[in-house]
Amino acid sequence: MTRLRALTRHRLFFPLVCLLLVLLLNVVVTVATTGSPGPFFQISLTNGALNGPLVTILNRSSELVILAVGMTIVVSCSAGTDISVGAVMALSGAVSIWLLGFGELKDNGYHVESYVVPYAVGLLAAVAVGALCGAWNGFLVSKLKIQPMVATLVLYTGGRGIAKVVADGQIDKVDVASYKWLGNFIQDADGHNLMPIPTAIFIAAAVVAVTAVVLRRTALGMNIQAVGINNKASRLVGLRSNRIVLVAYIFCGACAAIAGIIATSRIGGIDANNCGKMLELDAILAVALGGNSLAGGKFSLSGSVIGAVTIQALTTVLYSINVSADQLPLFKAIAVIVIVVLQSPDLKPLLQRAGGVFRRLALSAKRAGGPA
Amino acid sequence: MPDPLIRMRGITKRFPGVIALDGVDFTLQPGEVHALMGENGAGKSTLVKVLTGAEAFEEGKIFLGGSDTPIVNHSPQEAQTRGISTVYQEVNLCPNLSVAENLFVGRQPRRLAFVRWGEIRRRARSIMADIGVGIDVEKPLESYSIAVQQMVAIGRAIDMAAQVLILDEPTSSLNESEVRTLFELVRRLKGQGLGIVFITHFLEQVYEVCDRITVLRNGRLAGEYAIETLPRKDLVAAMLGRAFDDLAEIRVAGAAPTATTVPTVSARGLGVHGGVKPFDLNIYPGEVYGLAGLLGSGRTEVARAVYGADSHDTGTLAVKGKPIACSPRDSLKAGLAFCPESRKDEGCVAELTVRENIVLAEQTKRGAFRLIPRDEQEAIAGKYADLLQIKTASLETPIKQLSGGNQQKVILARWLATQPDFLILDEPTRGIDIGTKTEIQKLCVQLAAAGMSVLFISSEIDEMLRTCGRIGVMRDLAKVGELSGDELSSSAVMAQIAGGRHDEA
Repeated sequence: MTRLRALTRHRLFFPLVCLLLVLLLNVVVTVATTGSPGPFFQISLTNGALNGPLVTILNRSSELVILAVGMTIVVSCSAGTDISVGAVMALSGAVSIWLLGFGELKDNGYHVESYVVPYAVGLLAAVAVGALCGAWNGFLVSKLKIQPMVATLVLYTGGRGIAKVVADGQIDKVDVASYKWLGNFIQDADGHNLMPIPTAIFIAAAVVAVTAVVLRRTALGMNIQAVGINNKASRLVGLRSNRIVLVAYIFCGACAAIAGIIATSRIGGIDANNCGKMLELDAILAVALGGNSLAGGKFSLSGSVIGAVTIQALTTVLYSINVSADQLPLFKAIAVIVIVVLQSPDLKPLLQRAGGVFRRLALSAKRAGGPA
Repeated sequence: MPDPLIRMRGITKRFPGVIALDGVDFTLQPGEVHALMGENGAGKSTLVKVLTGAEAFEEGKIFLGGSDTPIVNHSPQEAQTRGISTVYQEVNLCPNLSVAENLFVGRQPRRLAFVRWGEIRRRARSIMADIGVGIDVEKPLESYSIAVQQMVAIGRAIDMAAQVLILDEPTSSLNESEVRTLFELVRRLKGQGLGIVFITHFLEQVYEVCDRITVLRNGRLAGEYAIETLPRKDLVAAMLGRAFDDLAEIRVAGAAPTATTVPTVSARGLGVHGGVKPFDLNIYPGEVYGLAGLLGSGRTEVARAVYGADSHDTGTLAVKGKPIACSPRDSLKAGLAFCPESRKDEGCVAELTVRENIVLAEQTKRGAFRLIPRDEQEAIAGKYADLLQIKTASLETPIKQLSGGNQQKVILARWLATQPDFLILDEPTRGIDIGTKTEIQKLCVQLAAAGMSVLFISSEIDEMLRTCGRIGVMRDLAKVGELSGDELSSSAVMAQIAGGRHDEA
């Protein structure tokens, strides 16, 4: 009993319950459409690649997981959100493709047929652009003390515009096969998959693992939380809170760039209008679903990761019951309200009070109906 | 005899791991000032929070007036509608709103849907005039000192309380004349038949203004007394549960500075524009140096300038003979430590654990990439928790769940853990019970005996006379004098503080 209570009090309990609920919903929908829960758990190996709903959910949630990691750090230390991450994804993706097809893009009809600069340079450039955007946001927030949402609004609106300019208003395509590896599977020259697991899952796992290890093996985790909880006290103990906030935004920008690389690799090109669109809100939501306060301070990285996977699982179930992309946000909103209400610490006393009223009503009804 | 205003019977309240209140009774009569006394963690604040609905309680009953129906307040707002208002130790108002807005926030007089600003300003002026604080009620609250802010909080509570006013350490940030103004007001309200609950650590004030005393000890009722029947000595004994010689002489004169001794900290013409005027200050190894002065006289500003919490515009600062740049980080690394006046604002990192709060400064000193291993962190935290007798369920309890005095000890532990050469204590004993007060004073003297230098700031001159070898005196943001050796006496310090303004005293 005490063990059960300790379990329900764990801060990851509710995020996990929510994830399980959404997965259960997936199962129910699968049963309703196919008559058995089997297909949802089915994982098949075709052409050297694992397939199945569970793999798809994990694969598709990769970008969101990476964004949520960066967002968690930003929320914790600055008590604000970086709403520019979606646009930064598009911008860093566009810059890397522009660089890969440097000078020849327009002549080739906006197709990159072979890398002009080495592939690695393109990737590094994307991460550098993301970090630069993050540095800009961080500068506005930490040095100029502009509220995070307003500060990142600049790139939220402007970033996508710059991305369009870089992409010359076109959907730039990359025809080199290796470009698609990061968003799909690593293949040999004949198109056979060398790895059965989608590459994006590895990248997301690596980002999570590296971040977790750095936070655990250094005092950065504690320092970030201290700055987010009490900036004045942190300054007095010698923490350079401005620098910590700046670094957090740079990290968040770099995460957005990595997510942008995966997103552009998935479709083998950059669509500046749609790359990472609305993902900033999903990332913020993932942080909140993970049981983290958007007012900053204490955070749980694993919570945010669970939150991100939950959102993707939800998207999957909605698509599988033929909700169109246009209607998706509405249903998502409903599900989110349910989940967030379930997590609210004020819900329990409310329910208890309601339960008390209910019991009294039942009691009085019993008395009235009893042997009088 | 009229019906009592409040009867609390057998109140029990548990926090995880501790019983905060254990069957406590409390009775408040109309027209009395009732002191609620006890050490830190004795349950005073919890009892008040239970009464006002800020905390729920498990057992017991609360009755209002002559009624035999128990009531439960679910929120401070609900308590207010029953005529119970509270002024807390820490000012709980909105600093960016005007004084007038603060007085009426949440209960603005309206005509239809529109707030009647003219009426608010007029009534605000009359409230503040009533309590003898003539200030511009249209200025934002934050433009006034903490003392004035507290008076505003009291003004607000008084304006709302029909029957019961609870003052939770209202005087801990007031200076003497402000305390006098407050007490006149308290007596006037008492004359009008209000019941006033008064929580304080200042024994003199209890005997000055209170009629009855309820003493709590470790969450239990230690007794209720009429003030005439309880001499000061017995009150202290009741609070501590043992005989106690509080005023034992603990002062040890610091090593007399000689011309060849290098001062631990040496300030030359250090000043801040619009803040403290340029001052010289030399503090030598092994001495406790006191800084006396009224609230707002520049005591805190000197400490902040020396530590680098505020950057100085003139002068130089040297630590052990070496000049030092001006930032908390540089100061920390040079072996300075600064325990600030406002623990809630500048000390506690609320959601972090006691352990994390204690190691925070030492960890920063070592650098973020040289994480102190977990077992060493626990050893450090455990050592200072024992040394300072911090009362906490565990080292992994968030600091926000500790009582105020214990939070203060955690912050002190944080700085001791950095093993500083120079320790600044700004009002370390504010809002702390006598037992701990004496402990902290003793600790200062011990640390100094071990070679540390301590800068000790306090509003209580007696406390400083007991601990300090030399005392610098501040007045109107300038250092006006320094006393040492035989010159040290209460009257000499007072004379320096008062300076040329004897006529006003």
